[in-house]
Amino acid sequence: MLYISRWKTLAILAVTLIVCSFAIPNFFPKDVVEKWPKWAQRHIVLGLDLQGGSHILLEVDSAAVRKEKVEALRDDVRRVVRENRLGSPAAATIRGNSVEFRIREGVDPNVAMQKFQELSQPLGGLLQASGQRSVDVVNLGGGLFRLTVTEPALLERIRQSVDQSIQIIERRVNELGTVEPSIARQGVDRVLVQVPGLQDPQRLKDLLGKTAKLTFRMVDTTATPEQAEAGRLPPDSELLRGSKSENGQPYVIERRVVVSGEDLVDAQPGFDQRTSEPVVNFRFNNNGARRFAEATQANVGRPFAIVLDNEVISAPVIREPIIGGSGQISGNFTVQSANDLAILLRAGALPAPLTIIEERTVGPGLGQDSIDNGMRAAWIGSLAVIIFMFATYGLFGLFANIAVVVNVAMIFGILSLLNATLTLPGICGIVLTVGIAVDSNVLIYERIREEVRAGRSALNAIDAGFTRALATILDSNITTFIAAAVLFYIGTGPVRGFAVTLGIGIVTTVFTAFTLTRLMVALWVRWWRPRTVPI
Amino acid sequence: MRIPLLRIVPDDTKFDFMRFRRISFPISAILSIAAILLFFFNGLNLGVDFVGGTLMEVQSKSGPADLAKMRSTVGSLNLGEAQLQQFGSPTDVLIRIPQQPGGELAQQQAAQKVREALGDGIEVRRIEVVGPRVSTELLAYGIFGLLVAICGIFIYLWFRFEWQFALGAMIANVHDLVLTIGFLSLMQIDFDLNGIAALMTILGYSLNDTVVIYDRIREMLRRYKRMSIADLLNISVNSTLSRSVITHVTVTLALLALFFFGGHAIHAFTATMLFGVVLVGTYTSIFIAAPILIYLGVGYGREEANEPAPKEFVPEVETAPKAAGSKAAESKTAGSRAGKPTAAKR
Repeated sequence: MLYISRWKTLAILAVTLIVCSFAIPNFFPKDVVEKWPKWAQRHIVLGLDLQGGSHILLEVDSAAVRKEKVEALRDDVRRVVRENRLGSPAAATIRGNSVEFRIREGVDPNVAMQKFQELSQPLGGLLQASGQRSVDVVNLGGGLFRLTVTEPALLERIRQSVDQSIQIIERRVNELGTVEPSIARQGVDRVLVQVPGLQDPQRLKDLLGKTAKLTFRMVDTTATPEQAEAGRLPPDSELLRGSKSENGQPYVIERRVVVSGEDLVDAQPGFDQRTSEPVVNFRFNNNGARRFAEATQANVGRPFAIVLDNEVISAPVIREPIIGGSGQISGNFTVQSANDLAILLRAGALPAPLTIIEERTVGPGLGQDSIDNGMRAAWIGSLAVIIFMFATYGLFGLFANIAVVVNVAMIFGILSLLNATLTLPGICGIVLTVGIAVDSNVLIYERIREEVRAGRSALNAIDAGFTRALATILDSNITTFIAAAVLFYIGTGPVRGFAVTLGIGIVTTVFTAFTLTRLMVALWVRWWRPRTVPI
Repeated sequence: MRIPLLRIVPDDTKFDFMRFRRISFPISAILSIAAILLFFFNGLNLGVDFVGGTLMEVQSKSGPADLAKMRSTVGSLNLGEAQLQQFGSPTDVLIRIPQQPGGELAQQQAAQKVREALGDGIEVRRIEVVGPRVSTELLAYGIFGLLVAICGIFIYLWFRFEWQFALGAMIANVHDLVLTIGFLSLMQIDFDLNGIAALMTILGYSLNDTVVIYDRIREMLRRYKRMSIADLLNISVNSTLSRSVITHVTVTLALLALFFFGGHAIHAFTATMLFGVVLVGTYTSIFIAAPILIYLGVGYGREEANEPAPKEFVPEVETAPKAAGSKAAESKTAGSRAGKPTAAKR
């Protein structure tokens, strides 16, 4: 135990030094580190609770996806019915997750079945054909058919929605100009957005929460909003409210979309030349420009509406045909809201609404306070432990203290190497590691003391102390490591940070006990050839 | 000249810990029952992580916060039973809004309302809004995680020791958790995800302690084939006593530093740990985990009782050949991991 070959000594020192040196980039300012080679740039990332920022978990509104999917199926059924003269298209109705339709008398049910089944696509594409189809068609008898969107088809749609949403959210968040936002899928139907160092979290939420589905539609002038509210709503129109700045005024708007946000190629905030009010200037692509021109030519003198997420932003009257393919949206904007709308329009609409189901935001002030508190507690705790160890074990306590300092340096090194996130509970984990790391030394030293009392010579006692204590150290630390590992898997955010530092701390503790402490004691024994053990 | 070293525990203590089991077991049983009753009747003060709702930490920009005024402002918003309390310095206030009916969106709206009602005089330093779905999941995850950790540790101990040890450690462990939960309920400490982390750590550390003692018991079982089990357990606990105490002093020092200087954000966390690791963990490993082995039948079938316990509770002075023999036995388990066997010593 006490003889360590020269090679091993070098290896131990080398590993220790290398691991510790990974922590170096953390001590230099960012702009200095950026000039270093890529491999040397790894550093600890401060958690959102320390540097401030927002953690926002969004969930795709699966009910909306379902509804959209079923409505699309109804439209498909109506088309099939119309094309094949199976009956009156309007008779296709939605019932729960299904569309039901009764065929006209005299139509062969088998033909209808075949036509309906053409609506059902195999799922998973060519590569991973699963044998599942997108729509179930059932003949209920009496000419009644039921078509149901299958669960796998819905799931696939939700998955696609999340993928598309991530891209769109990325575009939106990047416009905020923050550093290193992280946007990732979580589970099947969720997106986790983490944006550090944000001054105005509310603005981020406003940007995330909007579907940003923009449509240009005609205002239905055949009925007044009052009539519509009284129940006489024309069948192809809906009652929508104006935005908050318009006092929620009701409008009757045609369902038919003239041009949608998908046909926008650009949107920029600007000012109206006459009123100097903030506006959003936009440009259509060729397709959109053509359709917008046609619609405005045919409807001069009638109002049309610009609708965002089922809210009417403005409903101006068409004074003259708009044929250039560009236009401007005005609607009591502030500079910021015009700017945000432009961002949303440029980034595109989400395929389905997203709901914020969890938000954790820490302001930059609190983050700095937490760092200060954490560091203060870490220093005081470490100092207390170090003084106590020295008082208890003298020279050997010094060895233990060196081991602890190296231990903490190695924790920082490994955290940097992993680009791990340091959170406030993570700092707690490090402080606790200091408390527990000396335990390995205590185990060894106490064992040595026992062996001395049992009458062994100094060398023998030290040797036996190490041999026996190391087995115990391993056993006792593995149990804590299991707890840390479980915590890592179930935890999120800050708690996960705790599990990380605790787990790494256990590994470094065992490492230093097996190598560094042993090395120091072995070197001391070799140089001093002690007759008694000074503990 | 040398300064004498600090010795908290004198050498060669000979406390008869096993006799205390007639006191410690009933006490633990009563405390455990009390803790369970507390849990069921007093409940845990579950934080927003587990019951949903909104938690806001706000700071008054101008001098001490007017708690009464803020209370009435928030109270007039019709958001259910809002809790406001001072948090740390007099300028800081913690606001808790219960979960709102009406699904995920309603939580966000409630938070927004509070923010608007409090106006510009305050700075929102932290806000946590947890919807009903996430909170249900987090609670389930937390409980699931605790169970997984307990099972994982049980399996590990089963592999490393005999089943009696694994079971004994588990009983001691669950006892620790039950008492800590009772403490959380009694003090109505805010129990959130950090609380789960604290429980998990208590689990790990208290076991750490138990395992150190068990390791020694196992070693003693190999060495003294004929000693009565109670004496053997006593020797084991006594000979590891100094280590137990010193280690707990260091952990306590670290935890106290966190508790007093780590800021309010981690107060609940460190308080829980102080109770669980320091108070319960130490007691358990000495007064529960070790003596319970008697009941679980460790060493059953050994030819004991013929040989009286050694007069002194000191490991006997080993003569050279004997030492070699015990080493060989040990190297079966430890030697392969502990690096070079001692043959290479100088």
